[in-house]
Order: sequence, then C-alpha cells, then structure tokens
Amino acid sequence: MVDSTFVTLQPQARHPLHRVALIAAPWLAIVVLWYAVRASGLVNPALVPAPHAVLAKFVELARDRLGLDVWMSTERVFVGVFLGVLVAVPVGFAIGWYRSVRTFVDPLINFFRALPPIALIPLVIVYFGIGEVAKIAILFYASFFAGVIVMVEGIGQISPIYVRVAETLGASDAEIFTRVIVPLAVPHILTAVRVALGVAWATLVASELIAAQQGLGALIQNASSFFQLDIIYVGIICIGLIALAMDLLLRAATRRLVAWQDRIA
Amino acid sequence: MQPDTLPMITLMTDVVRIRFDDVGVDFPTANGPMRVVDGVNLDVRQGEFVSIIGPSGCGKTTLMNMVGGFVKPTRGVVLLDNSPVVGPGPDRGVIFQEYGVFPWLTVRGNVEFGLRLAANGKHAPRRDAIVDRYLALMGLADFADHYPKHLSGGMRQRLALARAYAVQPEFLLMDEPFGALDAQTRSAMQDLLLHVLATEGKTVLLITHSVDEAIYLSSRIVVVTARPARVRTIIDVPFAYPRHESIHEDHRFAELRAQIRALVMEEYEAQAKQAAPAAVR
Repeated sequence: MVDSTFVTLQPQARHPLHRVALIAAPWLAIVVLWYAVRASGLVNPALVPAPHAVLAKFVELARDRLGLDVWMSTERVFVGVFLGVLVAVPVGFAIGWYRSVRTFVDPLINFFRALPPIALIPLVIVYFGIGEVAKIAILFYASFFAGVIVMVEGIGQISPIYVRVAETLGASDAEIFTRVIVPLAVPHILTAVRVALGVAWATLVASELIAAQQGLGALIQNASSFFQLDIIYVGIICIGLIALAMDLLLRAATRRLVAWQDRIA
Repeated sequence: MQPDTLPMITLMTDVVRIRFDDVGVDFPTANGPMRVVDGVNLDVRQGEFVSIIGPSGCGKTTLMNMVGGFVKPTRGVVLLDNSPVVGPGPDRGVIFQEYGVFPWLTVRGNVEFGLRLAANGKHAPRRDAIVDRYLALMGLADFADHYPKHLSGGMRQRLALARAYAVQPEFLLMDEPFGALDAQTRSAMQDLLLHVLATEGKTVLLITHSVDEAIYLSSRIVVVTARPARVRTIIDVPFAYPRHESIHEDHRFAELRAQIRALVMEEYEAQAKQAAPAAVR
C-alpha cells in the first residue's frame, strides 16, 4: 500500500486517475494521429480504415472466429517458446560457463542466429510438411537462438567469486550448482523467456504463412488476399496487445522471483 | 549464553599451524613461465595474526591463495597442521576484498549459507543461535531480512566476516579486506576485527597495502619483495592484545611505521622497474 509520505513526495502519483491518464495519453495520441492522417488527404482514405471501423470489425470478428485465432496463435507461441527455452537454457548455460566450449560454438550460434526464420520456411515445409509441427518448428528455432544468446551472455557475466566463497565455506560441487549457480541463472532464464517471447510473436505471422487455417497470422494472410485492410489492422493490433500483456505478466513474475537484483527489468 | 555456544578462545602458542616450506610458484604466460613466488619459508603459529605486506602485483595474493587451496605451489609445499593443502575447506575462512556477498540471499541467508552445507552438518542443531550471535556481533541484526543491495560497503564486509565466522573456521585468510572502504569505515572495521578476535581468536593471515593497518592489527609483519615474492624481513610487533587505538600515538608505532615504510617503498621501486613481466629465462 502506498505510504502517505510517498504520495506527497511523488506528485505524479497524486491521484490514481492521473496515472491512468498518463498511461492512456500516448495511445490516444496514436488514435488522433491515425484520424489526422486520414483527414489530411496525404493518403487515400480507402487505404487507411478509420479507427472506429477497425473497432467495429474487431467486435464483429470477436463474435465469429477471433477467439479461436487468438487461442491458436497463443498456443503455438507458448509451445514454441517453451520448447525453445527448455533447450536453450542448458545449451546456453554450457556455452556460457565453459569458455573453451564457447570459443568454438560461438561462430556456429552466430551463423544460425543470423538466418531469418522466414528464409527457412521452404525447408521446413520439405522436412516437416505444412501441419502444426512445421509452425512449432519455426517458432522453436526463433526462440531457441534468441534464448541461447541471452543465456550465454548472462551466464558469462557471473562473477567466479561466488563459487570461490562457497568453496571456502565447504560447499560440494553439487551444492555449488544448486545453491549458487542456479539462483544466479534464474534472472537470465527469465530474460531469455522475455526475449524469446518477443521474437516468437514477431515470427508468428511467418510461421502461419505455412497454410494455416486459424491463427492471427492466418487471419492477416487471408485478409490480405481479399484486400480487407480493416481485418489486417485487427490482427496486427491483437498480436501487439497479447505480446504486451505477456510482457507485463512476465515482468511482474520477475519482480517477485528476483527481488534481490539491483535493477529489475 | 550457554558455555558450549561460545567457541573456545584460541590462545597464542608455539604450535605451527601454517608452514610455507621453500615454496615457489610459476604462472604460465605467452612468454613462458613467470616466477611469481620464490623460495618462501614462513611459519604461522597458533593464534598469531600475521600480515603480509609488499608492492601490488608482487605475488602476495598467491601466497594466500595457496593456503586457501586455490593455487598449488610449483615447488615446495604449503602445510596446514603438517599436511599439504589439497583444496579449499571450511576450516579456513576467506575474506575477499570484493566481499563476495551473495546478492540473492538476505543478510540472514548469507550468514546461514555455510551452516546449511553438508560439510558443516555438525553445527546444524545450533544454526539459529550461531546466526543470531554473529548478526549481533557484526551489528547486522536489524538488517537480517534485507537483501545486500541495501547495504553499504562496510556492512557488506561485516556480513562477509559474519558468514566466514559462522562455520567456525580455525583460520582467517584476508586479502586486502578493507581496501575498498573509506578511511573512517576502514578504521571502524579494524577495531571490530580486533574486538571479534579478542572474543574468538583465530590464526590469521592478512594481505595488506597499509603499513598502519599491518602494525595496528598484527603480531608479526612479513615484508615481501617485488615479484617474485620472497620473504624480505619478518618484524615482531611489540604491542600486546587487546589493543587500543591509542597505540597509534606510541613512539614505537611511529618508529616501526618508518622502518617498514622504508622497506616497502624500496620494494615498490623495484617492482616499478619491472616494466614488462619478465619471463624466467
């Protein structure tokens, strides 16, 4: 609960409505800008659906297929990120912890990381077909490399002094791992999940290009075939909002799990 | 406090606890092995407080790391109670300059850390009493549930000391423990250390740059040479324990300081002349 002295010290927190207004302001500005672009005549209004038209479309789709699209996409992102990070954590840990491994694996990681997942779609279709596995494979690829980089960087920064101190206190190798290295790795795992989620959402549309019937990427893809710009806008806004919600959730989890850190994301 | 919760005060005796027997260390470099420590012979007896002083980068820390079990001698042997050191262990509490306080544990969690390890199982039944005792002794009781990010440098160093003491080591190895602290905090930490040692004596090895600190705290001072580190002189400090700050004003303190400073300055100059790290041959 907010202490009364804090309220007087922080004028911007004077009133809860004040906070809401501050958070809403940039979004309102975007909507205003959106209307302004339409009204200015710089762009053919037929190419920019009005915000209220997009909202109407959203309501219409929400009664129809949007729920299923959101569910399918979220599920794919979850499974892809879960599997990707699951593999990225031990691999990233091994590379970050053992410098000798790092020297020869680093170029390999950088090679694969540089390949955009979209470029791999033709190959994925050849090897995995056009089913659910193909889409998960693309998202797995994207999350794995994003997660590995974060883990390698994070684990590489862990100061060896903590291991030394634990040794002088009598810790065995197993105790050093579970009581020193694991707690130090947790914040990096959480960051890896955040980064992987971001990359996975960005890759989602690409993965759903592979003959998907449902999903936000499929929604956008189908709409583009029929030049339904309002639906495209609905799809894009949904992807942004879900990604934002997940990031907020993960930040809240991070604050609880690693309250000890100096700076929290 | 029950008598059995108070660890025995270690009295100064003639029993040799740490012995450097003709110890030499070479570190591999791109230009071949570099001699860091050469022909060191030194005995540290039960309950002694021995300071090692010498130029930075001369190999002092390597001497301590051999006792700590982090570095193996290339020649000779380091003996702990007549057995060669094989690795780190809870019988030797190590205090590092950079504290090494665990940031993911609270102050209490840090002090408890060692007592929760299998190697210190014998202290487990008295864990809470031990932790409370050292939190109080180091003035950290009010911060027991805080994370180290809220602590000042002096408090972190006190926490490191409490954590080392909690596993009841017989030796205290300190590598420039107060080097990163401001002058006032440093002086307060020296007094705290003397106070703790007066209640629970240990056999102490201290690496330091500060001549004043060495005289104020130690029973003997070992001046080491520029790299490779050799024993240049060993000086007995004539003040009895418990010590009081007033010994800083004693004329013998001033004489001792002048004598040691002159020796240390000579070695600093010799070290400065070693512009490039010289390889052996």
